[in-house]
Amino acid sequence: MRPEHPARAVRIGIGGPVGSGKTALVAALCRALAGELRVAVVTNDIYTTEDADFLRRAGVLPDDRIRAVETGCCPHTAIRDDISANLDAVEELEEDLGELDLILVESGGDNLTATFSKGLVDHQIFVVDVAGGDKVPRKGGPGVTTADLLVVNKTDLAPLVGADLGVMARDAAARRGNLPTVFLTLVGDPGAEPVTAWVRDRVAHGVDPAAADHAESAPPHTHSANAEPHGAGAG
Amino acid sequence: MSLSTLLVLADGRLPAGAHAHSGGVEAAVAAGRVHDLATLRSFLVGRTATAGEVAAAFAAATCRALTGPQLQDALGGSPDRRGDEPGGPRAFAGVDSDRVRELDDGIDARTASPALRAASRAQGRALLRAAARIWPTTPSTTAGKQPHHPVAVGIAAAAAGLRPREAALVAVYGGITGSASAAVRLLGLDPYAVHALVAELAPECDRLAARAADRADLPVDDLPAGSAILLDIGAEQHATWEVRLFAS
Repeated sequence: MRPEHPARAVRIGIGGPVGSGKTALVAALCRALAGELRVAVVTNDIYTTEDADFLRRAGVLPDDRIRAVETGCCPHTAIRDDISANLDAVEELEEDLGELDLILVESGGDNLTATFSKGLVDHQIFVVDVAGGDKVPRKGGPGVTTADLLVVNKTDLAPLVGADLGVMARDAAARRGNLPTVFLTLVGDPGAEPVTAWVRDRVAHGVDPAAADHAESAPPHTHSANAEPHGAGAG
Repeated sequence: MSLSTLLVLADGRLPAGAHAHSGGVEAAVAAGRVHDLATLRSFLVGRTATAGEVAAAFAAATCRALTGPQLQDALGGSPDRRGDEPGGPRAFAGVDSDRVRELDDGIDARTASPALRAASRAQGRALLRAAARIWPTTPSTTAGKQPHHPVAVGIAAAAAGLRPREAALVAVYGGITGSASAAVRLLGLDPYAVHALVAELAPECDRLAARAADRADLPVDDLPAGSAILLDIGAEQHATWEVRLFAS
């Protein structure tokens, strides 16, 4: 226990359809933030460890800071309805690495209805891309409508696919009320500056104590026999 | 005992990590051993008679160890008919943690494949987490935070106020539905036909659960030890795949 730091790491979920650029965004965030924050990543690719391997190859984080979760054909189940495998991964990272500031949980590519459980993450980012069609924000769905941050990615492709960014901005604003939307191109902005700034801000605010309790994975009730040695001398 | 509580623990939607495991079906499908309804039926029958019976026996024995034999002795008769009082979570008569650890070791000894041991402990850990949140009286035991799944079923059942026979039922039935739903997802089988198979196996679940409860006090070495060698081999191969959809 570290009573001087009662709150655990801030957990941010990154979801969105297949191919929208979630993993590239995670890599960009790690590159931008790993120098200033203690960061770890949990990936949920439906095909075993592909995303985790991508991150390792990209060299954005040391191997031991990346965990891959398998989701049994149901990526949305693993981040929303049955979060146990993801909680295991988060717990293992915290046990193995000690105190962390930020854990990014990247969902497997899914559909517009996928959202993260509040029992797993504190905040969530939903990533769509212009090549998926400029109608996506209008279609809505819980990801577009309720995510704490909506990222419209690959804006550099807009002229090539005939996507109207103005329409996407208008529809996103209509769907999301006061929730923020950012437009991003990792080609022109490899540091993903607006997303990085938003994440940095979330980490600076820390974990809401109520949420910390909510998202805590309570161990079974402990008896005194399991008590660990206390004090500086232990270990 | 509360029937509704039994349904809570047996529900496939219980957030305890089961959806990510195929119970060996993914490996069997890839090997061509399971490819249609008839081969799935054979798989389920074989798995239930081996891994299923072991899981039932160890879940029942764990539940018995945690709910204690004292009450049943005091009341006389079959321990599994003692619980006709209203159900719901209740205090433990006595926690025999050493017995739980021995049972956990007993599953290790019965599980040849390291990959299956890891999968069982991963599911045990997830179920224990769920139980601790749902039934705050869930005890810690000497089996630790990552017991084998059948042991975790026994612990959760005890915490929920269920009896050994219900613990066994959850273990054996969950093994069948986990494998069956994985087959639906992997092979696109008709879900009605697959559920008809599950229903067909229901009496076998009842029979195995009753047997498990009857033997819940036996020494660990005398509990069932059936295994299916292809499940072990398949699990070891599966763990090396680059591309797989299920954790086991």
